Amino acid sequence: MNPNNDKIEYLLRLADSALIQGQRLCEWCGRAPALEEELALMNVGLDLVGQARNWYEYAVELLNDGRDADQLAFRRDERAFRNLLLVEQPNGDFAVTMTKQFLYDAWHFHVLRALSDSSDARIAAIAAKGLKEVTYHLRRSGEWVERLGDGTEESHKRMLAAIPQVWRFTVEMTNADEVEQRLFAEGVAPNPEELAAAWKAKVADIFSSATLPLPEPAVNFYLSGRRGLHTEHLGILLAEMQFLQRAYPDATW
Amino acid sequence: MYAQLVETGVKRVKALDEMSAEERAFQEKIDAEIKIEAKNWMPDAYRQTLIRQISQHAHSEIVGMLPEGNWVTRAPTLKRKLQLMAKIQDEAGHGLYLYSAMETLGADRDEEIAKLHSGKAKYSSIFNYPTLNWADMGAVGWLVDGAAIVNQVVLQRTSYGPYSRAMIRICKEESFHQRQGYEILLTMMRHGTQAQKDMVQDAINRLWWPALMMFGPSDEHSPNSAQSMAWKIKRQSNDELRQRFIDQTVPQLELLGCTAPDPHLKWNEERGHYDFGEIQWEEFYEVLKGNGPCNAERVATRRNAIESGAWVREAAVAHARKKQQKRDAA
Repeated sequence: MNPNNDKIEYLLRLADSALIQGQRLCEWCGRAPALEEELALMNVGLDLVGQARNWYEYAVELLNDGRDADQLAFRRDERAFRNLLLVEQPNGDFAVTMTKQFLYDAWHFHVLRALSDSSDARIAAIAAKGLKEVTYHLRRSGEWVERLGDGTEESHKRMLAAIPQVWRFTVEMTNADEVEQRLFAEGVAPNPEELAAAWKAKVADIFSSATLPLPEPAVNFYLSGRRGLHTEHLGILLAEMQFLQRAYPDATW
Repeated sequence: MYAQLVETGVKRVKALDEMSAEERAFQEKIDAEIKIEAKNWMPDAYRQTLIRQISQHAHSEIVGMLPEGNWVTRAPTLKRKLQLMAKIQDEAGHGLYLYSAMETLGADRDEEIAKLHSGKAKYSSIFNYPTLNWADMGAVGWLVDGAAIVNQVVLQRTSYGPYSRAMIRICKEESFHQRQGYEILLTMMRHGTQAQKDMVQDAINRLWWPALMMFGPSDEHSPNSAQSMAWKIKRQSNDELRQRFIDQTVPQLELLGCTAPDPHLKWNEERGHYDFGEIQWEEFYEVLKGNGPCNAERVATRRNAIESGAWVREAAVAHARKKQQKRDAA
């Protein structure tokens, strides 16, 4: 039994969410509604994949089982992936993509801010670096939610359609499990209650200025990204993302 | 080259004594290597040629994101994925930069993009070829960006100031991409399995000739070149640049341990250059006409992105207007 199991689990959650969100952004390449958005979507994705790599590398050290960061990213199956259900959801239209991005950013920002003070110095350092990037992500996605919510009739309608498609997956952002509770007790992870409150406040604030109704808080249901119980979308995403590593296991890239 | 066949609309280059006073003053400035700036007088044909060339160049950056976007979701390692994402991001930036340079000439970005989507405006023929294995990401970086650099290095001295400055900035990033692309291939050839080495050779076999076509028609079939050279928009002929590219690329090909799909490729001691086989010009003109392997998909993807994103742009405009009204009322 690895004494760092909780920490490894937690690092994989952070890494997998960032990687999968980055992967979804890659799918937008060449398809964004404006050139500036091509640039921005790839920029945010690049930040997130970079952060994922930093978390994986620390997890690799704690795991110490001979696997490297690429093996964690490209050789684990969906039952081993620990990402939030929210980020594996399909991109849909720009309204779905931006709603997802904003709900994730609002959570991610507060997570990283708290982690910057983690008792684990390595986690604190990685978080502090990522926080600068995510501060920008959150500003950007928040502004898009406002633009689309309080833009035209059409964009408002699309936002009203987008929110229910992803809202139920936000339950994972407001409800910490035992691993996160224990890590909080050790001073490693954020205070779950403060995190949930900060996320809710940010979402309520942006939805209000976006003239969008705030849905009832999401409730727990059968699936859990944290336990590797994913929606049917993740398997297909991984099949594409992992194809080369799976098909050519002896290769050096 | 990212703009490989640009119409000048000029049949014959005028001699100085045939020119109006304005034209002569302009040509003398060009001859003295003084950069033309946005507010300077310029012949309309010069302006239109530059608009065509810079917009083609910008379109190429944007369409050029698609063959790479095809593999960005499948990049084999985190490092390669990050590199490819950074590269694609740079390309979008180059596109924006070039559209800005083009707009200094009085052209409108949206209008020029609409011409791309209707098939009226061209972009580099190279992006009409499919990317079929991961080594294509290396080969595109090495060969395609390599060919672009050979051209763009010269364009840093092009006569129109804003274009020249765009090239200086863009070249720095492109050189970085090219080295990265080559490193992808070198890694596969030196440390890879036989299957990976086969991928590299296969990518080179498919992209070698299309990369050579990036320099445009041979000089004898390049009716627009004389005027572009007289205006110093172009600084060297298509064939000169193609030869330079081949001369510098063959040693890199040998270092990889790969071959070119050209039985006539051979060092010519007398010329001090590599001789090479005849380009399939019929294929080149077909691709330019829109009949290449991916022309239809590439244009459709771009058109669809802009059309299906219209509501997003409209929302942004409407929101900005509302915010302005609130500010005005306050």
